[in-house]
Amino acid sequence: MALSGVEIFKLLPKTNCKKCGHPTCLAFAMKLAQRQATLESCPDVSEEAKRILGEASAPPVRPITFGTGSKAVKMGEETVLFRHEKKFVNPCLFSVEIKDTASESEIADMAAQVAGSEIDRVGQKLRIDGIALTNASNDAGKFEAAAKVVAAKAPDVPVILCTTDPRAAETAVKIFAGKRPIVYGANASNFEAMANIAKASRAILGVAANGLDELSGLTEKIKALGVEDMVIDSGARKAKDVVEHNTFIRRAAIKKNFKPLGYPVINFMQRDNSLHEAMIAVFGVTKYASIVVLSSIEKWKNLALFTLRQNIYTDPQVPMQVEQKIYPIGDAKADSPLFITSNFSLTYFIVSGEIENSKVPSRLAVLDCEGLSVLTGWAAGKFTASKIAQFITDSGIDKEISHKELIIPGYVAILSGSIEDKLPGWKITVGPREANAIPAFLKARAS
Amino acid sequence: MAFTPAKETYSGKVYPVNIGTGDSAVSFGGENVLPFHTFEGATPNRPIIAYEIQDVPPLDWPENAKKPFEGVSDDPVKWAKYCQDELKAKAIALRLIGTHPDRENRSPEDAAKTVKDVLAAIRVPLIILGSNHAEKDAVILVAAAEAAKERNCVIGKAQEANYKTIAAAAMANNHKLIAMSELDINLSKQLNILVTQMGFDKEKLITDPMCSALGYGLEYTYSVMERIRLAALTQNDATMQPPLMGDVGMYVWKVKETQAPESDLPHWGSVLERGVAWEAVTAGALLVAGAELLIMRHPMAVEAVQKTIEELM
Repeated sequence: MALSGVEIFKLLPKTNCKKCGHPTCLAFAMKLAQRQATLESCPDVSEEAKRILGEASAPPVRPITFGTGSKAVKMGEETVLFRHEKKFVNPCLFSVEIKDTASESEIADMAAQVAGSEIDRVGQKLRIDGIALTNASNDAGKFEAAAKVVAAKAPDVPVILCTTDPRAAETAVKIFAGKRPIVYGANASNFEAMANIAKASRAILGVAANGLDELSGLTEKIKALGVEDMVIDSGARKAKDVVEHNTFIRRAAIKKNFKPLGYPVINFMQRDNSLHEAMIAVFGVTKYASIVVLSSIEKWKNLALFTLRQNIYTDPQVPMQVEQKIYPIGDAKADSPLFITSNFSLTYFIVSGEIENSKVPSRLAVLDCEGLSVLTGWAAGKFTASKIAQFITDSGIDKEISHKELIIPGYVAILSGSIEDKLPGWKITVGPREANAIPAFLKARAS
Repeated sequence: MAFTPAKETYSGKVYPVNIGTGDSAVSFGGENVLPFHTFEGATPNRPIIAYEIQDVPPLDWPENAKKPFEGVSDDPVKWAKYCQDELKAKAIALRLIGTHPDRENRSPEDAAKTVKDVLAAIRVPLIILGSNHAEKDAVILVAAAEAAKERNCVIGKAQEANYKTIAAAAMANNHKLIAMSELDINLSKQLNILVTQMGFDKEKLITDPMCSALGYGLEYTYSVMERIRLAALTQNDATMQPPLMGDVGMYVWKVKETQAPESDLPHWGSVLERGVAWEAVTAGALLVAGAELLIMRHPMAVEAVQKTIEELM
C-alpha cells in the first residue's frame, strides 16, 4: 500500500532540521507521498524507516531497462491511470514476432525491416523497438539456430526469447549474454527452471499465466527465487480481455501499490489481418501495455502506431513543439506568399494543413515561442515584433524570395506597425484570425 | 497473495440516445462504466458508426476516400442508398457542405430538398450536418430540421454562436442535437447548460468536443473526452452525460498522411493502407476515450473499427 503523508511523517526524525530543503519534516513527508521528493534527501532517517519507506515508495510499476546500448529502452515507472493526470512515462514498445521456423533469409529480411523502421516525427526518433523470437518449431536446436541469425542480423535490437522449454531458453539466452534480453518464459509448470536461467543470465523474465490470480501468485514465487525484473502476461489475447486485465493490473499497481502485479505488461496482439492487428494495438498503446508484440511491421502501420504512441505519451502539460525555421509548403517559388506563426505543434499542423488545402504554394515561418499558441505567445512576450523581425532577418529568406511581404496571424494584427518599423522595406499583411480562413484568404488574393 | 480485482462502481451514467424510426432505429450510450469496461457494469449499446455523405460531389476528398463511392457520389440519394444497401450502414451522416458561402452556397430550400430526397430513399437513421459556417448553418439547419420532421434525426452542429436557432429547430421537430465546442471541457459543459436552459431535453443531446486526427492534436480530443466521461461517471455531472461524438472522417482525410503518395515519402508506405489506418486508428483511440457515435468515410476503415468493436464487447 502507498503510504499517506502522515504515515510517512511518523517514520521521519521529526527534527525539522531543514537539511532536506523543506521547511519541516511534515512538508517533506507530503512531498514524499506525492513522489516529488526522495528519501535520500534526509541524512538522519533510520534504517528501519528506510526499509519501510523504500518498499512503499518504490515506483508502483517497476522500472526495467530492456536491451543495452543505444537501442536500450525503458519500461514501467507509470504513476497514473489517465494521461491528463500526469504524463505517461515510458512509451509502449513495439516488437515484431519472428518465428524460428522462418528461413535465414526471412529472418534477415525482418531484421532489415526493423533496422529500417526508424522515422523522425516532430523531432522524435520512432522505431520498432524489439524482436520477439518465438519457438514455433518446439525444437531447441532450431530455436538456437534462429537466435544466432537474429543476433547476427540485428545485433543492437533488444530481443524477447519466447519459449517455455528451459533447455531452449538456456542455450538461446547465452547468445544474448550481457544484452538484457527478455526470456518469455515462465509459467506455472516451469517457473523454477526459468527463474534460474533468468537469474544466471541477468535476463528479464517474461511470466505468463492464465488469469490475474495465477499471475500474481507466480510473480511472488519467482521473486522469492531472486528474480526482480519481470514483464507479465495475464494470458489475455482478445481485445475485451486485454482491456479488462490491463486495467486491473494498472489499478492494482497504482491505487493499491500491489507489488505482485507492479511490473510492465506484455501483450501478444498478432492477427492475420494487419489492419485489424493495428486496431487491437490501439488498445494496447492506450490501455497500459509496456510491450505490444505484432506479427508484421508494414511502414504504413508503423507510422500510424508510432504517431498514436507519441500522441498518448505526450506530456499533457508541455506542448509539443516544432523546430524554428521556414517551411516550404507545396512547390514554393520566389514569389510565393510568406506566412508566420508560432511553433506550437498543433498550430503548425493546422496552419500548414490549411495552406496545403488552399493548393497555393507558400512558405510558413515558424517562430520558436516555446510551444505556446500565437495569442498566448503574444501575451507572454514570446511572439513579439522584435523576435519576428530578428528571425526573418537572420533567416536570410529575403535572398530566396522576390518580394518583401510577411503575412501575420489576424490575432496579432496589433503587431503589424512595430514589425514594419523593425523590418525596414517589408510590407506586413494581416492574415485571417483562424487558420480555416486561409484558403479563402489566399483565393481572394489571387483574384 | 490472492488477487482480488478492484472493480469500480460509478454514481453516474451516460444517457442512452435513440435515433431513427421503426426497425432501423439504433441506440448508443447508456453505459455506467468507462468505455468497454463490460467487466464491472452495464454497457447496453455498442458504439455506432455513420457513413459520411454530402450534398455535393466530394471533389475535395482525396482520391482514396472518393474511390469507394465512384458512380454514386454525384447524387446524395444514390450515395445514401449505396451506404445503406451495399455497405450495410447502420446510420448515415449527410453533410450539407455545399451550403457553405465559399463553396456552392446552396440555399436553405436546396438543403431541405436534399434532406427530403435522402430520407425518402433510406430507412436507417440520418444525421444532418451543416457546413460549419455558424451563420449559414443557423438558416440551413432550421430548414433541414423541418424537412426531416418525424424521422428522429440528429441535427448538428450547434455551437456557441448559433445554438439558439438550431436547438429550437431540433426541439420543434423532435430531433436529437449535437452541441459542439472547441476542445475544452468547460466550454463543452457551458454549451450543454445553455442548450438545456432553453428547455431542450438534456437526454436528447450529443456532445462533440471537436475531433482531431491522429498526429494532429488527437491527444487533446482524447483527453477532453476522457475527462468528460470521468466527470459523467465519477461526479454524476448531468451536464456531462450525453454520449460523445467523433467526426473522424472529415478531420482525417485532410491531413498529409492520408494523401502524400508513397513515391514522395517512401518511408511512409502505401498511401491507401496508410489513409485507411489513419482513419481507423483515430476512430479506435476515440472509442477508448469515450466516443459512442463516429462519423467515418472509408469502408475499409469502418469495417476494421466494426470488427474491433465486436472483439471488445
